[in-house]
Amino acid sequence: MGDWRTITVPVLSSDSQNTFLYTSERKTSPTSMSSQVLRLSLPSSKNMHSFFSAFCTEENIEQSISYIDRELTTLGFPSIYAESKGKELNLVSMVNCMNELLVLQHKNLRAQEEIEIQHLKLGSDMDHLQNCYAKLKEQLELSKREIVGLQEKDRQLQSKNRNLHQLLKNEKDEVQKLQNIISSRATQYNHDMKRKEREYNKLKERLHQLVMNKKDKKLAMEVLNYVGRADGKRGAWRTDKTEARNEEEMYKILLSDYEQRQKQLLLENTELKKVLQQMKKDIISLLPPQKQKPKERPEDGLVLSDQEEDIGELNKENMWELSCETVREQLTNSIRKQWRMLKNHVEKLDNQVSRGHSGALNEKDVISREDHELETEKLELEIQQCKEMIRTQQQLLQQQLTCDDDTTLLLQDCYLLEERERLQEEWRLFREQKKNFEKERKSFTEAAIRLGLERKAFEEDRGAWLKHQFLSMTADCKSEKMTTPSAFLRSSDPDIRLVRSASRQRRPPSVLSPTVSPEPCQISQYITQNSVASEKPAADNKPNLWVESDDKEETEECTKSWEDSGLGTLCRNLHMEQLP
Amino acid sequence: MNFSELFKLSGLLGRFSPDGKCLASCVQHRLLVRDASSLQILHLYTCVDQIQYLEWSSDSLFILCAMYKRGIVQVWSLEQPDWHCKIDEGSAGLVASCWSPDGRHILNTTEFHLRITVWSLCTKSVSYIKYPKACQQGVAFTKDGRYMAVAERRDCKDFISIFVCRSWQLLRHFDTETQDLFGIEWAPNGCVLAVWDTCLEYKVLLYSLDGRLLSSYRAYEWPLGIKSIAWSPSSQFLAIGSFDEKVRILNHVTWKKITELEHAATIASKQTIVYKEVEKSPTVGTERLSFPPTRELASSLFSTQSKYDISQVPVSLQYIKPVADRANPKVGVGMLAFSADNCFLATKNDNIPNAVWIWDIRKLKLAVVLEQLCSIQCFQWDPCQPRLAVCTGSSRVYLWSPAGCVVVQVPGEGVFQIISLSWHSSGDSMLLLSKDNFCVCYLEREE
Repeated sequence: MGDWRTITVPVLSSDSQNTFLYTSERKTSPTSMSSQVLRLSLPSSKNMHSFFSAFCTEENIEQSISYIDRELTTLGFPSIYAESKGKELNLVSMVNCMNELLVLQHKNLRAQEEIEIQHLKLGSDMDHLQNCYAKLKEQLELSKREIVGLQEKDRQLQSKNRNLHQLLKNEKDEVQKLQNIISSRATQYNHDMKRKEREYNKLKERLHQLVMNKKDKKLAMEVLNYVGRADGKRGAWRTDKTEARNEEEMYKILLSDYEQRQKQLLLENTELKKVLQQMKKDIISLLPPQKQKPKERPEDGLVLSDQEEDIGELNKENMWELSCETVREQLTNSIRKQWRMLKNHVEKLDNQVSRGHSGALNEKDVISREDHELETEKLELEIQQCKEMIRTQQQLLQQQLTCDDDTTLLLQDCYLLEERERLQEEWRLFREQKKNFEKERKSFTEAAIRLGLERKAFEEDRGAWLKHQFLSMTADCKSEKMTTPSAFLRSSDPDIRLVRSASRQRRPPSVLSPTVSPEPCQISQYITQNSVASEKPAADNKPNLWVESDDKEETEECTKSWEDSGLGTLCRNLHMEQLP
Repeated sequence: MNFSELFKLSGLLGRFSPDGKCLASCVQHRLLVRDASSLQILHLYTCVDQIQYLEWSSDSLFILCAMYKRGIVQVWSLEQPDWHCKIDEGSAGLVASCWSPDGRHILNTTEFHLRITVWSLCTKSVSYIKYPKACQQGVAFTKDGRYMAVAERRDCKDFISIFVCRSWQLLRHFDTETQDLFGIEWAPNGCVLAVWDTCLEYKVLLYSLDGRLLSSYRAYEWPLGIKSIAWSPSSQFLAIGSFDEKVRILNHVTWKKITELEHAATIASKQTIVYKEVEKSPTVGTERLSFPPTRELASSLFSTQSKYDISQVPVSLQYIKPVADRANPKVGVGMLAFSADNCFLATKNDNIPNAVWIWDIRKLKLAVVLEQLCSIQCFQWDPCQPRLAVCTGSSRVYLWSPAGCVVVQVPGEGVFQIISLSWHSSGDSMLLLSKDNFCVCYLEREE
């Protein structure tokens, strides 16, 4: 890598230098040219003058004119000499020529300027392009370098990889070798082991022979006396019979074990079958029934489904009792099918749910913003309305508060009016009653007067009669006198009674008055107050308000009590009657 | 919970009788038989040498005491204390001895696994089984005691012989597809025999009683394989603990793997309860302190107490990195046991030695982890209910049940490091064994 760099760098630098030089040359050229042009086009006035003066002097005017003429004619201008007069200058044509020359000069100058500008533009464009070019070249160099670097890296990695491969191969070889070694050692070890074991066995055999054949005196059992067997049986001879019996027993044991195991398995099987049945039922009940058949048929063909149905109908009950082998396939098939259906169903449901969910989500997402805005607007509106409502309510409340006094008074007045009316009604009743009483009293007094008169008359009669009787008695019949007075007395009794009753009737108020009096007094007071209050309805406002309300309550109570005790009303009325 | 006093013991030889009435224990060359409830000594037998192995006969009438060094087995009767029987294997030597399920025969394995001698207590007859395989678990009886399976090795091939125990007649003899058979175990129903290969190869073979190969299972190929195996009491599950710190559970119908229980060092599941044993400094009131301190107080002061705390998941358990260049690395599931009701499986991962993992078999999930302060020495399920007893070489016994778990300090002076325990058949008491002592722990029966 280092080598490569040392080689490439100078080349690069020279290149860049070259380009630089080149560009610099290019750069300098327009300016120099322009300066030249400027120099050419704009010579100082002094120089020009000197130039012109140098060209034409007094001596060579003729030659110079002819020279100019020649030059002009060669340039296509008309001759400045008058054709007719020979060597005489045509001033008009000369001026025209001059003018044309000047115009030409101007045009040329303008064209030159334009060209210069264009030249500048082109120069700058050139510069730019050159710059670009240089940059690209640099980039190219860089990428080239990169490529070289990467290639180098790649090469290194490849070599590394090769090394690793080599190593791996070596390792594999080593492993193989080691495995071979191990296996060879293992076989060797096994072989040696076997050899040793054989030797050992031989030794054992020999030892056995030696030990056992020597008739070892020590090898013995000393027993006091032989004991009976645990099962109480005697030891049996070894015969083929016993052997057969042993076999038999062994198989019996094995058989019983297998039987037991089979029983267990049977139990387990029945349990599992039950579960299976239950599951099948559940699946069938769970699956939508109308979907089952149309889906089944096209998939599995008519024959199979028919067959299955047949089997299903035939074996629905006893299928579970049959041995597994005959039913297994059908059973597993049907279960599998149902399971597949269930799975499909569940998947479908899942899909639906997920779709629904996602759809809902999307919809929600889409709508939510609009909804949200709408909702917020709605809510804001509502809030506004509510606020307004509250405000109006507040206003109303305040208004109410301001005009509260009047309304309450009005209300109370209403109440009072009602009350007054009621009281007046009562008052009227009282009056009527009073009148009645008055009437009664009058009639009573009249009756009493009449009675007094009658009595007087009676007394007079009696006196007359007594006088008469006395007179007659004095005459002769004394026995008749004795019976008549008694008869008279009897007849007079009702009168006496009547008087008594009258006195009794009159008496109660006077008897009752001490106990009942406080209440009626109060009542009268209230009534007076009420009457006063009712008389001046809304004239007095606040101070009277409370009192009035109190009064009202109490009056109500009173009326109640009156109403309650219907018996007492009479007495009270009587009393009231007395009071005024 | 009550504890008996400590009794002397040697060689961890203390056993409840199968009927639960007696308790046999050995002290040097003496065999003591006690009443299981009162712990009064009923019988005392003296053997010719230090007893190395002790086994009750299935009917609880005889006790077998093996003295491997001398090659002698002595049998004692509980019914007739003066009855005695002595079996001398002579120059053939003795490495293992056991009762046959009927309790009237004794199976002695000679040195170098030359043969198994079947001695009868009823008759003078002696039977021999040749070529027994020298492996961890080469003889297995069915639970009903009818059949015995013996792993054999002939001509560098593994075989299995099935004998009828009643007459010691050979019923079946078949070769197994194992490289180097390591163990055999009957299913509790006695119809399936699980056979597993050496740890170099993960292979479980399941044979029917009649010798047919029902199934074989292989989880992986090259790494170290099976470390332990346990049948569920219902014979429904076969749990296989392996060196890859996993338990695989096979079912009994297809004999395929149901699940794989991983024993990760971090427990993150929220459904798992992690009980962590924490030390609790004994609180001694200053008023109780006296000078010089009483012995009892001193011992209580110096023996730290502990309790269980429920750790918040995730919990990372103490993990021991196994040494790679040693044989039999301390890694993988080395202990596993099903509860009596088949509902729980307790396991221990040897490179997380302080934890007991209790799996809920109904959910096939990790239910509980007990993280102890010391490494687990032994655990055993209550034979009647889902209750696990754990010991860790301390003087505490740990009990777990679905309701919770407790730490119980064995009272008493001195050091009592429980390294083994065994339940009484009723589940009401427990034998706690240390190197030199034992005591009985009585549990209150739950109403």
